[in-house]
Amino acid sequence: MRQALDPILKINNLQTHFFTKAGILKAVDGVSFEIGAGEIVGLVGESGSGKSITGFSVMGLVDPPGKIIDGSINFKGQDLSALSNNEMQGFRGNRIAMIFQDPMMTLNPVLRIETQMIEAIQAHDGSISREDARIRSRDTLGLVGISSPDERLRAYPHQFSGGMRQRVSIAIAMLNRPDLIIADEPTTALDVTIQGQVISEMQKLCRETQTALLWITHDLAVVAGIADRVCVMYAGRIVEQGLVANIIANPMHPYTQGLMGSVPSQNRRGKPLQQINGMVPSMLNLPAGCAFQNRCNYANEKCSKMQPDITQLADRRQVRCFNVPAGQQV
Amino acid sequence: MGASANKQSFDLPASGLRKFWLDFSESPTAVIALFVFLTILFIAIFAPWVSPSNPYDLTSVDIMNSRLPPGSEDFSGNFYILGTDGAGRDMLSAIFYGLRVSLGVGALSGLVALILGASIGLSAAYFGGRFETIMMRIVDIQLSFPSILMALIILAAFGKGVEKTIIALILVQWAYYARAARASALVEKNKEYVEAAHCLALGNRRIILSHIAPNCMAPLIVVGTLQTAHAISLEATLSFLGLGLPITEPSLGLLIGNGFEYMYSGDFWISIFPGVALLITIVSINLVGDQLRDMFNPRLQK
Amino acid sequence: MTAFILRRSLQSIVVLFIMSLIVFVGVNLVGDPVDMLINPEADQAEIDRVIRDLGLDRPVSEQYWYFVLNAFQGDLGRSFIFGEPALKLIVQRMPATMELALVSLLMAVVFGIPLGIYAGLKPTSKISKTIMAGSILGFSMPTFWVGIILIMFFSVHLGWLPSTGRGDVATYFGVTSSAFTLDGLSHIFLPAFNLALFKLSSVIRLARAGTREVILQDYIKFARAKGLAESRVVRIHLLKNIMIPVITIIGLEFGSLIAFSTVTETVFAWPGMGKLIIDSIYNLDRPVVVAYLMIIVVIFVMLNLIVDILYSVLDPRVRIKGVS
Repeated sequence: MRQALDPILKINNLQTHFFTKAGILKAVDGVSFEIGAGEIVGLVGESGSGKSITGFSVMGLVDPPGKIIDGSINFKGQDLSALSNNEMQGFRGNRIAMIFQDPMMTLNPVLRIETQMIEAIQAHDGSISREDARIRSRDTLGLVGISSPDERLRAYPHQFSGGMRQRVSIAIAMLNRPDLIIADEPTTALDVTIQGQVISEMQKLCRETQTALLWITHDLAVVAGIADRVCVMYAGRIVEQGLVANIIANPMHPYTQGLMGSVPSQNRRGKPLQQINGMVPSMLNLPAGCAFQNRCNYANEKCSKMQPDITQLADRRQVRCFNVPAGQQV
Repeated sequence: MGASANKQSFDLPASGLRKFWLDFSESPTAVIALFVFLTILFIAIFAPWVSPSNPYDLTSVDIMNSRLPPGSEDFSGNFYILGTDGAGRDMLSAIFYGLRVSLGVGALSGLVALILGASIGLSAAYFGGRFETIMMRIVDIQLSFPSILMALIILAAFGKGVEKTIIALILVQWAYYARAARASALVEKNKEYVEAAHCLALGNRRIILSHIAPNCMAPLIVVGTLQTAHAISLEATLSFLGLGLPITEPSLGLLIGNGFEYMYSGDFWISIFPGVALLITIVSINLVGDQLRDMFNPRLQK
Repeated sequence: MTAFILRRSLQSIVVLFIMSLIVFVGVNLVGDPVDMLINPEADQAEIDRVIRDLGLDRPVSEQYWYFVLNAFQGDLGRSFIFGEPALKLIVQRMPATMELALVSLLMAVVFGIPLGIYAGLKPTSKISKTIMAGSILGFSMPTFWVGIILIMFFSVHLGWLPSTGRGDVATYFGVTSSAFTLDGLSHIFLPAFNLALFKLSSVIRLARAGTREVILQDYIKFARAKGLAESRVVRIHLLKNIMIPVITIIGLEFGSLIAFSTVTETVFAWPGMGKLIIDSIYNLDRPVVVAYLMIIVVIFVMLNLIVDILYSVLDPRVRIKGVS
């Protein structure tokens, strides 16, 4: 069991809002969590929960009309949210790297792989020669399990299969040996058979290189296999976080319970699949009180009036719910 | 409880014309352009009544008044706000009459080209098969040649004159309409109401005309406005080159062409003012067409 | 790839034949050259002799057959007006037109692409709105009218640049062009700019549309996520992707530049093919008209072919077969 290490990333009350014509969309509304060096943390939530925006906020890649309006993103002592774009460029692809969801669209179709890899190296190290950068690229391709890397470097993205392309993206992320990799649904667009491979290989890679990993996904099952800790997000807030084993064994927040229940493997044959009733509320029109109330089996009057605060529990466990069993509070 | 959480505002769709105007007036430039164009249209239609004089009435034109600069008066007390041309005709009146011809030719050729091209395009999309392939190949080949070249070929073959110019313009334009009509008809063809019409055993012609065609009107109107501007421009170019309309029916292009030689001696107004009128006409139509296109473009819907 | 080229070439030849037929038959309906060229006082014998010489007495199909035969040998008839072989006349004037078209294309591309990219990257800025408004204007103004305005302003009014004719030529690397001399440049500037203006607005619109589409793509975001400087993202990632559609359209537009040069050459009295064809249509000089149209059709068909091939070369997805 991993000890609580010094966190390399500490996000505190992050608020990223989108100022649209239709209103203010609070995509990320007070998110706080930490990632320790070499730790693998999962960020789970359905579409529209704000999980991807959280990742983009760390990278400073939130597109207008979105803006980080409050909170701090502390990375090894520096507050990233206060940096200018130029200063952030120094971190991106260097100390913090990102992997995107759709490998088809992530790589530029008209540039060779080696161009796209060498430029990532040379952007952060002006003194390195092209040949040295090429060698490093080739070695990193080998690291992610791509055979005949020399030939592959000269190829174009469309000559690779989906799984291979994602490995290339992973390789690019690893080129400058970052401290943290943010992976935004990296296996969602892949074939199921490839998914398992990529997941386990990423886990192995991160453990070996002591790289911290933030794995953003909607699939709780994936996170269960790879992460040390997990944060569950709903409507822009983290509703539960803690050690993976604890959460899987004993989900406390009604949403987490619903997520666990709706995983097909958790259901028994022949019985109807469990679902969470209702739909995610429109982010422009969140109800007063808890955002989950209209789908929650335990909702009472208190839930419709106020938003629950974080309840701190043992083992770095946090839950945001009025109905958490009283006996387990710290 | 859930209902209030999911509250969204639904506007009842405003009546067709009102909604059209609301969307259209989102661009103030387009609205101004529309008014300008309507003014020009008015002038063109009512030219004989709106002009100070009839420049083609030989009895009212005196060669002694030729090449008077703008703002001058002649011996009979006539005021020439835009000056006179080489034969003594009032420029303002000449421009008004010229607008009439330019717009008339442009609109007529556009309309016929629309009907012709749309019919072919709709039929091609509806019937498919070899007919469609052949027609569309012809359209593609024709569209790969610039319009001025097509017009030159046709005029070189058939000679000059009003009817021949109009025919040339029609032959140049129909392809654009055909292509637009076919594209939108293909989309409509696969929609359910066409299947429903089939099930009712309605005749082909009825299905095409009453059902599919109305839904294709929007893109055709956009093409129509832009093409009309193009046709007016093309006709002006041809007339300027001396290959289009004859002197008896002077369009703006011909006026510009006739005035060209006077420019070198400094009498710029004979050429420039008709040019400005032409420009305003074309720009206003283009602006309106642009706004229409943005309005009907599904990718830009909010 | 070779099969592709072969197929397109075959199609092009078919188009050529059809167009030649249209051109020939069509032009044969023009006026009556007999009246044009023969002295009305001439007696019947004289008229007959001329008719026989020019081959006007044979049936149309036979005339067409000889036409095609001669065309293959490079003989496209003899000008009624000049008495010279039509082909020779056109070829003599081709360099002037090509030169004009190329300089125009260069202007349109060199100015158009950066302006379009800027308008695409910052669509709400004042400069962008001005650029777009300007492009609508450029698109609407008929070429001949712009030419007139240019002449009026720069030649008559300001006297900076000459308004007619072609300047001195010089030869470098076997290429003779007036663009190589200062005098030549001063003569070519206005007409080239005139021709370019129309193309400029479509290049700007194309570049802008392409930029707006590409900038939203994931690979641009990924490039930024790698920490690349924005200038590199635009210069390499963006540019290479919008170049493909832009270049193909520009290639096709080159053909329309040649076509529109008919207007510009007339306005600026530029001694190219365009002026020749306008004069010939006016004078009913049939052989020259036919020869010009045939050559233009050949140029166009070849252009289309080249552009098709260019497209497949530029886009590696088409050139190299992919996996999925």
